[in-house]
Amino acid sequence: MNEILVIVTRLSESFMLNCKLFVLTLLFALPLGMLIAFGSMSRFRPLRWVVRTFVWIIRGTPLMLQLIIIFYGPGLLKIPFSWPNGGPGRFIAATVAFIINYACYFSEIYRGGIESVPVGQYEAGQVLGMTKTQIFFRVTLLQVVKRIVPPIGNEVITLVKDTSLANIISNKEIIMMAGEYSNKGLIWPLFATGIYFLIFVGALTILLNWVEKKLSYFRA
Amino acid sequence: MAILEVKGIEKSFGTLKVLKKIDFSLERGDVIAIIGSSGSGKTTLLRCLNFLERPDKGSIVVNNEVIFDAMDPATQRESEVRKKRLHFGLVFQNFNLFPQYTVLKNVTLAAELLAKGRPNFKQEKKVILKEIQDRGKMLLSQVGLSEKLDYYPHMISGGQQQRVAIARALALEPDILCFDEPTSALDPELTGEVLKVIRNLAERNTTMIIVTHEMDFARDVADRVIFMDGGVIVEQGPLQEVFGNPKEERTKQFLARYKKG
Ligand SMILES: Nc1ncnc2c1ncn2[C@@H]1O[C@H](COP(=O)(O)OP(=O)(O)O)[C@@H](O)[C@H]1O
Ligand SMILES: [Mg+2]
Repeated sequence: MNEILVIVTRLSESFMLNCKLFVLTLLFALPLGMLIAFGSMSRFRPLRWVVRTFVWIIRGTPLMLQLIIIFYGPGLLKIPFSWPNGGPGRFIAATVAFIINYACYFSEIYRGGIESVPVGQYEAGQVLGMTKTQIFFRVTLLQVVKRIVPPIGNEVITLVKDTSLANIISNKEIIMMAGEYSNKGLIWPLFATGIYFLIFVGALTILLNWVEKKLSYFRA
Repeated sequence: MAILEVKGIEKSFGTLKVLKKIDFSLERGDVIAIIGSSGSGKTTLLRCLNFLERPDKGSIVVNNEVIFDAMDPATQRESEVRKKRLHFGLVFQNFNLFPQYTVLKNVTLAAELLAKGRPNFKQEKKVILKEIQDRGKMLLSQVGLSEKLDYYPHMISGGQQQRVAIARALALEPDILCFDEPTSALDPELTGEVLKVIRNLAERNTTMIIVTHEMDFARDVADRVIFMDGGVIVEQGPLQEVFGNPKEERTKQFLARYKKG
């Protein structure tokens, strides 16, 4: 009995790493994605081209590979930069990789959302003497938000599960922790990790459904 | 005295000349119907008047004030344009209502945003907003939608949406109200209610430019008619002349097509 409690505590502690990675990624990737989206829609061609190529590369390669490159790359390429030593360094590297990866996915969703608002909406605002800022905030923004909530929600749910990929650069997240037990012949902790993810995803799903419902009073 | 003078407007998209030397004028309280087959440049002309397209040549004069001159960049500054375009209102073919706002808010939003720029807005906020609300309600009752103030656009029919769009365009009291085929996105049974609203406006001496394919309606409300083809005004004049006694061969052919159909 006591052993079970110890293991659950250990698993919970290590799940905190997944949670921290999740929160930090969202915190930075959601706004950064907006910046990238504007870059990818820029009227300045070279910028647009560079940004779109970058997004294509990030979305076209596995996150696992990006984690490895970001963490080991500086050392292997003899770049005069190194991550802090030990656990904090691994965690920061993982967070950076996640932020870049997810910002690129978000940027494509933002771009799709912005481009899907009919030109007629901008024009109606213009004809009524609104400024560009007023049109963005009072006319298009909510329509964009409504359109992007479902796809953003899908990405966020994927992110919950993706956080376990951080163990490829030796971050001690929950699955790695459970793996240590299974190596010793104790299998159930590995299955128990699934429950953590299910509960987390379940809570998020409820939240996302609530937001979608809040926005269902109009059609766009 | 003419309320609107359009002088020598030309507009190309790339190598395609869409408007060539458009000249016409409009008296206060008059209704001009613009007719012509599709692709003749009618929409582009309305968009030029509403500053949604910038003409390559020509000028637009409202109440003797030059509001656009292709030769004079000072008339094309963003902040200037925003004020000057308010001389015109535009009712779009497909309404373009704001889906996230109620019918009433659709009508009042722009007026509220404009009011924020007034110097006395802070002190008299309540009074000003109340005035705008009341005016919005009055306009909506004028188009027969008093019952629908709190509805969202998707909850009402196309004909009702277009009537909201008309009220919205009237909210800023434009000198000249433009319509781009206001009924062509509607089911036939819904066109009547929209045309009735426009007829009412004509009776109240609203100055209007109406692009339409509804020849009977044009005959009914218009004082003058402009017939366009291939980006030029082929013929223009008082209603009776253009409809009753067209001079140009192309006008005759166009009108004949509508008589048969
Ligand atoms: N933004 C645009 N870019 C290129 N061509 C356009 C654009 N808008 C309109 N045109 C062209 O201009 C011509 C006139 O169009 P339009 O003004 O919409 O005519 P109408 O309203 O009489 O049907 C058409 O040949 C159309 O294809
Ligand atoms: Mg047209």
